Order: sequence, then structure tokens, then C-alpha cells
Amino acid sequence: MTTTIPIGLTVDGRHHDLDVDPRTTLLDALRERLGNTSPKKGCDHGQCGACTVLVDGRRVLSCLTLAVAKDAAEVTTADGLAPDGALHPVAEAFLAHDAYQCGFCTPGQVCSAVGVLDEAAHGAPSAVTDDLTGPTVLDRAEIAERMSGNLCRCAAYTNIVSAVAEVAGDAARRGSTVEGADR
Amino acid sequence: MTVLDARVMGTSVRRVEGPDKVTGTARYAADQPVDAPLHLHPVQATVARGRITGLDTGAARAVPGVVGILTPDDAPRLADLGDPELRVLQHHEIHHRGQYVAAVLAETPEVAREAAGLVVVTVAEEPQVTAFDEHSPARHPAATLANYAPPTSGIVDPDAALDAAAVTVRATYTTPVQHHSPMEPHATVAAWDGDHVVLYESSQGVAGARDTVAALFGLGEDDVEVASPHVGGGFGAKGSLHAGTVLTVLAARTVPGRAVKRALSRREMFETVGHRPATVQHLALGATADGRLEAITHDVVASTARIEEFGEPTATGTRAMYAAPHRRTSHDLVPLDVDPPTYMRAPGEAPGSFGLECAMDELAVALGLDPIELRVRNEPEVHPESGVPFSTRNLVACLRRGAERFGWSARPPQPRASLVDGWWHGTGVAAATFPAIRFPGSTAVIRFRHGRYEVEIGATDIGQGARTVLTQIAADALGVPTDRIEVAIGDTALPRGTVAGGSSGTASWGSTISEAADRFRDKWGDDPEEGAEADAATPDNPWAGELSMAAYGAQFAEVAVHADTGEIRVPRLLGVYAAGRILNPTLARSQFLGGMVWGLSMALHERSVVDPRFGHVVNHDLAGYHIAAHADVREMTAEWIDEDDPYVNPMGSKGIGEIGIVGTAAAIANAAYHATGVRRRELPLM
Repeated sequence: MTTTIPIGLTVDGRHHDLDVDPRTTLLDALRERLGNTSPKKGCDHGQCGACTVLVDGRRVLSCLTLAVAKDAAEVTTADGLAPDGALHPVAEAFLAHDAYQCGFCTPGQVCSAVGVLDEAAHGAPSAVTDDLTGPTVLDRAEIAERMSGNLCRCAAYTNIVSAVAEVAGDAARRGSTVEGADR
Repeated sequence: MTVLDARVMGTSVRRVEGPDKVTGTARYAADQPVDAPLHLHPVQATVARGRITGLDTGAARAVPGVVGILTPDDAPRLADLGDPELRVLQHHEIHHRGQYVAAVLAETPEVAREAAGLVVVTVAEEPQVTAFDEHSPARHPAATLANYAPPTSGIVDPDAALDAAAVTVRATYTTPVQHHSPMEPHATVAAWDGDHVVLYESSQGVAGARDTVAALFGLGEDDVEVASPHVGGGFGAKGSLHAGTVLTVLAARTVPGRAVKRALSRREMFETVGHRPATVQHLALGATADGRLEAITHDVVASTARIEEFGEPTATGTRAMYAAPHRRTSHDLVPLDVDPPTYMRAPGEAPGSFGLECAMDELAVALGLDPIELRVRNEPEVHPESGVPFSTRNLVACLRRGAERFGWSARPPQPRASLVDGWWHGTGVAAATFPAIRFPGSTAVIRFRHGRYEVEIGATDIGQGARTVLTQIAADALGVPTDRIEVAIGDTALPRGTVAGGSSGTASWGSTISEAADRFRDKWGDDPEEGAEADAATPDNPWAGELSMAAYGAQFAEVAVHADTGEIRVPRLLGVYAAGRILNPTLARSQFLGGMVWGLSMALHERSVVDPRFGHVVNHDLAGYHIAAHADVREMTAEWIDEDDPYVNPMGSKGIGEIGIVGTAAAIANAAYHATGVRRRELPLM
């Protein structure tokens, strides 16, 4: 067999040691080696966003990330955003707004939304931000722009933006970042 | 027919599998846990037509971790079902670019892929035709259409009526090849045990998948098990089995006792699972000076595959839309050396409504008449071709309600009337229809156990919400709350269910469950004993053939076109539908909006570009084949007219999965004309 390289990954709070083929993507390591199928493989080319996970708190496309490059990283999937049996506020909002249909892109959308909320809380601008000096306000246009790397062929876009806007509004009222997105 | 009292139907019950989907724990085909599965990577043809003259697998076999290589020389034999697409590795002919010519089985996906790249295929190339040209010498009338409607229809003398009409519009509209592109690639997990095979399959219909696999391998029905617990979208691409599944099941046949797991690559999705064919549509409308249609002709040429004819039913929607004494529809096909086209969301109606509804807009302009008024003046009293009455038809109500909601009365009648900050703004309208279909052939079983009703039917949830809506229907049919209903779907271990396609699922499965519930209550009353059980097959609709049954809708679009670049944005879309009883408003709205976004995507982005030299789709991934993204979608509204239709089925519902796309691209094109004064008759518009 091919040479393998030992790495350690913490996934959804649990540590794993594993030997990986250096060609193995983080997505395949999660799915095929660790049995965590929450992130999905929609394109394997970084073009659809279904594989989005949080790595050390930031959203990444796990299909474009080699597992060997993430030794010692902390990975959070949509399944690990909240403690067992609980739902993250973003996931709750997705349910309330029917922000999904087939559900295949949904774990990636949820992780991406958690990343978006954190990025905005830290003042990161987007291509549609008019004022680069003030605080970032997540209106619908901002959310849609920032979520555009996550395709949804069922096209639940309107409801996804509503779900994220609700959580963004709650976060803004609390004056804090959302739970699970601290870095 | 019993019409059910709606207590839970009509309420916005949340999707029953919601928590599993938002956490990613819902298991799709490739997510199923299997012990030490083998992985498969295909070798695909790099020419569109020819013959394999040699396959050198030596280097591939030498890669550590390779378990086996399948070629046409040694792959297990399959029965010939008369479907060339399914004759995977059974011969040496190449019929289309991307056809499977070999495959590598290995312990890991990385090794399988590496070794597949080392297989050397020698091919004797033959002349191929992959460019669609309506003037091709191979053009011929369609023998059949995919919706089983007659390929041609005609009444009286439309050509003479067109020549004599006061006002005539003659125009040609084109739509390109499009690919379904569900987010979940087709995936199969297959494991053989002797002459018994178990599949997890990403399929819109487990029964059809089982039937095909059983027939191909010469097995009995009971020796093939198929489960599709969750399906990541299908849109028609997963309605029937394609070559990729056959390849995986073939490969698994060579390693009995071991599972083989494979999801198609995104590129394979542009080569092996079908597409919406290209169309050229010649429309002619003749009207009196006051806007009464005298003649409608809709003559279509569409692409198909040389190996298997698929007749896109492009103009059959036109047969139902507007009154006119003289009329004709026709469908010709041009065969190409490509993989066979297949059903794609609103096959026929989606491309066909672009032609008809743009032509209606052009006629309104020629007449100096409001486009809504033109449609109202040509509203038929009975089906314009068959002459049968409509069960319900509320197209005019949709147009009127939409006009009010959209602010249509403020619209300037002339085009090129509004330039704001460098963007031309305009609005457009189009009408829509989609037939209300019920497929026969499902069976439902209802069993009372531990105080709850178990409802079993081999239906499929592809995101439309079948699990949830069938729970609502069962609750009302049995007269109990939803928490006493347990619906089981998506498995051949359950009674047979028909395919999730043709916007037929809820009507077909719901009618069956309603019938089974009637029998259950007749037999056991409302206080059944433990283990009480009843079943029923899909009942016939006594009104079938007596009435024309379809959903109707009106699409409204606001478009902004950049004065310098021509970039088109769609700041506002409104769809108003009349589709019988809406069983779950929240889920219905999601489906309508999803369909409308498909129409937007079709209008602005979607086009599979075929390189005629090599026969492949050049933009064969999601970076090149654009589908609408978050940023494309602005203000979108879907709503509906309350419609009481006691003829369609016991729920009073019409299918809603496809009508959202119908007419939407035309509304956007018509709005773009209104914005700029420039008429584009080709999709996509930019």
C-alpha cells in the first residue's frame, strides 16, 4: 500500500489518531476513515460547499483540504455544533424557516452560516459591504453574498437567508457572537 | 370518491426528518455504514463514437491495493433489456463520450483512482455527431413522447388561418441542453451474498431500481433489496437507473460478501445520468385585431441520443393553454452521439412554456394589448384540443391576484421606460400549467401496533417532503393526530410505491394510503385491536379521461438589465398558483420557490456547452455549469388561490413539484424585453 502519515484530529470534541494516505482529503478522512458522514461530498472540487466544516473555528471546504495538512486541528461538523441531543441555534432556525428540502447541502449551509455569523461579529467585510469602517450588519444581501459558496439545488435560498437573519438578529441583540463559533 | 376532511392537511407540519438533516446525521446512500467497503473508479471513453480495440490493464493491476479490474472482456454478463444505456461493459462499442469502458476495484478511493488512470484504452474512432442542428439530415418525427402523449396534434387548418389572421407573430425560440445537477451525486452501495444483492441507492423510486437490477441479473424480485432512506435531490436524473449504478452492482458481483461503495464524480454527472435535450421551437400565433387567437402552431425540433430515443414533450403544454380554433403541435428529433436525455424537472413544460409564453408576449406587443388581458381573452372554457371540461382551472384568478400583488397596473405599457442608476428596469408575466398526475401501481399497508398506526409504502422523499405530507394524509384518513402515525418509506421491504416523479407522488401515494385507511376503518373501526392490518392498491380515478386535470399558475418577474454590460438581475419574482388543496403550506411554498429559482437559473445561467469535436460537455462541473446561488435570489414570493377540486384525488391536491419552473424563464425574458426593448429568444439570456 501507499505510504501513510500519522496525524491527530479532534472531531466534534473527540480526539482521533489515524494514518492517512497523503492524498486523502479532510472530507474523505472524516467520512471514510472516521465514519463522520455529516459533511457531504457534492462536487469534490470546492464548487458547491456541501463539505463545509469548521476547522479551528473557521469555515473551510473539507474536500479541498488535505488531511495531512490539518494535523492537530479541531474540526467541527454540523453534527458537533451543539452537545448531543441539542441543536445549535442556526440548526433550530433552519428547522423553523424550512431552510432545506432534500437536506444534502444542509450540514454545509449550517456550518457556513455559523462561520458567517462569526466573521461578521469580527467585522469582516464582504463584496457587498458599503461601509468598511463601521460594524458589519448582516442584512439579507450581506447574508446571501456571504453564503453564495454554498449551493442548494432545491433552492431553499430565501428560507436559508431568513434563518441566518433570525440568528444574526438575535446575536446582534445579545451583542455577542453566536455559540459554537468562538475562535 | 371519498374526499377527506382536512384537519392536519393544510397545516404547516414541520419536516419529520428535520433534526437529522440539519445535523447531517440523515444517512444518504454513500453515508451508509458498511464494513470495509471496496471502492470503484471508472475508466471512461474519451471519444464519442468508436470501438475499443485494446485494453491494457497491466500497470493498473500492479498498484498495491487494487482488488480487481472489470473490462468488457471479463465483466459478468447482463440480460439485454433493450436499453443500450444499461449494457455496461457488455460490448466494445462506444456510443458516447464518458461511456464506461472499464473500472477498478480497490481497497481505498485513492488507489482506485490512481489505478484507473493507468488503464490504457485503445480505440478505433468513428465519425460522430454531437452538435445539435435542426437541419440535420437525420431529423425525423418523434415516434413517442416521454409523457406518452401523441407526438403530433392538429385541428382544422392552422397554416391558412395564420395567413388570414389580422395580426401574426412568427418566431423561433431555443433552449439549450441542461443538466439536473442534484447536490447529491448518484451513489450506490452494493453487496452480494450468493444470488442476492442489497443496495443503498440514491433513487427516486426503489421499486423501479429493484426491477431493473433484477431483470439485468436474471434474479427474482425477492433477491434484490433496495433502500433509499434519504435522497439528496433527483429532479428526474434519479428517476430511472443509469449506467453508473449498473457498473457498481456489476463490480460488486465479482467480490461476493464485500460491499462496494461508489458515488459518481460531478463530472460523470454531465456524461452518464441524462440531461434535458436542446430544443428549437417554431411558434406562430395568429389573432384577430381585438386579440382573439385564431391559430396556434408550436413545431419543435429537439435533440436525442442515437442509441435511445427520448421525445421531450415540449409542446404538449401548449395543447392545454389557450383557446384557438386552428392549431398544431409537432415534435421532430435529431439523434446525436450522446448519452440519452431523460426527464428533467417539468420535462416539456419547462422549455415549451419559454416558447409559448414569450410568443404570447410578442403578440401582446404587436396588438398593443396588455399581456395579462391577452391571456384572459383567450381563456378556454373546455380543454382546447380534447374538448373535455376542466376539473378546476383558475389561471385567470392567478393572473388577476398576481397583478394586484405585483403592482402590475403601474406598469408602463411601452418598453425601455425606466433607467435607474445605469440599470434598465422592466416587468414581465407568463402563465404556467402542469398536469395533475396519479400513477397506478402503489400498495399501502396500515398496521396498528402499540397504540400507533404504522403506514408502509415504498414511496421516496427526495426533498419534496413525502414523509411529512404522507403522515398528514394518513392522520386525516385515519382520523387521528400525527403523533399516532408512523410512516415508513424508501425501501423495497415495504409494499411497492411508484416513482417520485411527474409531480405525482403525493397524489399517487396519498390516494393509496387514503384507500387503505378506508379499508382499515371499515374492517376495524376506530378502536382497532393490536396487530390489526389492512392494505390497498392505488384506486383508479373515475374521472380520468372525463375531465382535464392540471395545476395552473402565473409568474411575474421584475428584471434589471445593466445598460453597459447587459448583466441581468432579477430583483423580484412572484408566483401565484392554483393547485388544488395545499396540504402543507410551508413545504409547498418551499417547493414553489425552489421551482421558481430553477426558472431563474434557466433564464440566466444554465447551458451545457458541448464541444462538437469531442462530444463532451465543456463546462462539466459546478464552476462551469452555473446554477443559481444565494446571491442570485432577491425578493421571492409564492402564494396560491384556494381551490376546491373534488375530482383529482381524496386529498383534493394537485402536484406542485414542477409548476414553479414553468413559465418563469419566459416571465424573466419578457421582463428583460420590457426593460430594454430587446427581444432575446434564446436561453440562457446572458
